[in-house]
Amino acid sequence: MAIDKFVTVESSCVPLPIENVDTDQIIPARFLKATTKEGFGDNLFRDWRYDKAGNPKEDFVLNQSTYSGEILVAGKNFGSGSSREHAAWAVYGYGFKVVVSSFFADIFKNNALNNGLLPVQVSDAFLDKLFVEIEKDPKTIVKVDLENETISIPSENVSEKFEINAYKKECLINGYDDIDYLISIKDKIEAWEKENAK
Amino acid sequence: MAGKTLFDKIWDSHVVDNVEGGPSVLYIDRHFIHEVTSPQAFAGMNERGVKARRPEKTVATADHNIPTIDQHLPIQEELSRFQVNKLKENAEEHGIELYGLNHPYNGIVHVIGPELGITQPNMTIVCGDSHTSTHGAFGTIAFGIGTSEVEMVLTTQCLMQSRPKTMRINIEGELKEGVVSKDIILYIISQISTSGATGYFVEYAGSAIRSLSMEARMTICNMSIEMGARGGLIAPDETTFEYVKGREFAPTGEEWEKKLAEWKKLPSDPDAVFDKELTYKAEDIEPMITYGTNPGMGVGITQNVPTLDSIESSSQNSFKKSLEYMDYNPGDAMIGKKVDYVFVGSCTNGRIEDLRMFTDFVKGKKKADNVEVWIVPGSKQVEKQAEDEGLVKILEDAGFVMRQPGCSACLAMNEDKIPEGKYAVSTSNRNFEGRQGPGARTMLASPLTAAAAALTGVVTDPRTLL
Repeated sequence: MAIDKFVTVESSCVPLPIENVDTDQIIPARFLKATTKEGFGDNLFRDWRYDKAGNPKEDFVLNQSTYSGEILVAGKNFGSGSSREHAAWAVYGYGFKVVVSSFFADIFKNNALNNGLLPVQVSDAFLDKLFVEIEKDPKTIVKVDLENETISIPSENVSEKFEINAYKKECLINGYDDIDYLISIKDKIEAWEKENAK
Repeated sequence: MAGKTLFDKIWDSHVVDNVEGGPSVLYIDRHFIHEVTSPQAFAGMNERGVKARRPEKTVATADHNIPTIDQHLPIQEELSRFQVNKLKENAEEHGIELYGLNHPYNGIVHVIGPELGITQPNMTIVCGDSHTSTHGAFGTIAFGIGTSEVEMVLTTQCLMQSRPKTMRINIEGELKEGVVSKDIILYIISQISTSGATGYFVEYAGSAIRSLSMEARMTICNMSIEMGARGGLIAPDETTFEYVKGREFAPTGEEWEKKLAEWKKLPSDPDAVFDKELTYKAEDIEPMITYGTNPGMGVGITQNVPTLDSIESSSQNSFKKSLEYMDYNPGDAMIGKKVDYVFVGSCTNGRIEDLRMFTDFVKGKKKADNVEVWIVPGSKQVEKQAEDEGLVKILEDAGFVMRQPGCSACLAMNEDKIPEGKYAVSTSNRNFEGRQGPGARTMLASPLTAAAAALTGVVTDPRTLL
């Protein structure tokens, strides 16, 4: 099972200027009863998005047509909490290809990368700039170039390099997943097991 | 060359391969699975037409999605029933041992591993659950993984992981009366924040840590994830060996002696260097309680909710949002705050010592009328032991009822949900918005602090009732 190939993203953004967005907000526990990977996008930020009766909350950004796009811009420490990969499925399933923040929780970052969702970590200053520009013009286009490891706001002529592990970058660009790699080194694993029989 | 840390020793001895400029391939000794994070992994394997590679190194349990009463009856909720049955099907198909509902070894995954002696020093242990860090208390590299990684481990018994940095947190001195291991970890997180250890694997050390029992150490390692750490571990010592010896799946005879010799070599070398080192005094720690919506938003119980000006300006919006959700104000005292529910349980504090702590505290007294209390043992073995020790009788006399094992109200996937707007003092590990039910308001605390609240109906310093 490979992942979707990541191609350069040029899109408007959805701003979520909230810090410490945790996995219980991204996808509440009651939606983890599913046994497949489908449909999680519908429940992304469920309890911030809909009230008890299931009506969209007007003040939540996903319910405002002003903002749209494939890039989610979030406050620092995005994805803290649970190891539930369902959180990454929800973000990706909704239609985001990139999440931008000044800080990511480890497990979420890993889960995102394993699903073709690119977490881009930027400086506090760049994150602020993004929020400011998006507020001024909700249709601001942001470009995320994985090959060149650069995120930019073309209209403002500003850009920043972001860090990405070389192996993960290769996987994202080519749509490889870790299982394919591990299966390819089956012999090494078997040899290690023999040598370290426990 | 500097000495190695405990983490280095375990990591290095489990590396199968290194990807140039990339992650290491780590061999996994024990893989725990449960009903919530495994179905899509098995589906992926079925698509590939492969079976679990090392079923004998895999242990399954049903814990997150099960009811904590009437477990002898079929699960009422359709999706839950389906998911729990799916695990049974998958375990059977792949030859994996399942301690399912009503099995004498059933329970919360991070409670049963250690109590069965499956968790042993020097292992790499993973599970599709972030509190897998619990097993680090035995001197293991144990951490939570996502469902894709569950599939990876089932398929190959290996995982690709970037090597984290190392941090040592020393707690020196002696804990004061009424202060227990839960307070230590809540204190640490309040000091360094929920992202303070992101990118690190933490080793807990120091005289206060050494003096703790295994169950108390598990409470601390359990919440390592709440400060962003990949995992947390404690060097094995006599306390560890005593605990493991004689357990169901612990090594015996010659094998035991061989393992013991191996385990004794694990502690960090005296000249080992950590990427970061912090030290705290045990005497500075009071019973803790959280007031906000992440585990770092906690204070000593006699202290007040922070004032706005004491919060960094970039974090003030989040702080205000959090207090709005809890309906608290900056500067509020925590003592005296209304309590509607008390939850005792979870992989953090659902073991026999936690139940003993709670029971001793309430013995001969009466539950407050205005509080609903859920006491949920961490496993069937803990439940049985509580009965055998007479704890259940003491609890009943005080007006408390013990339920059956499961994750229960910690994440409220089952029916044990705290209603909207209600306040719960909980011995679990997360107080995020809606964690214990939509609109639920959680205050994290130790079993002692929970017991005090259960007797008085308000947030109470347990030391005043000792």
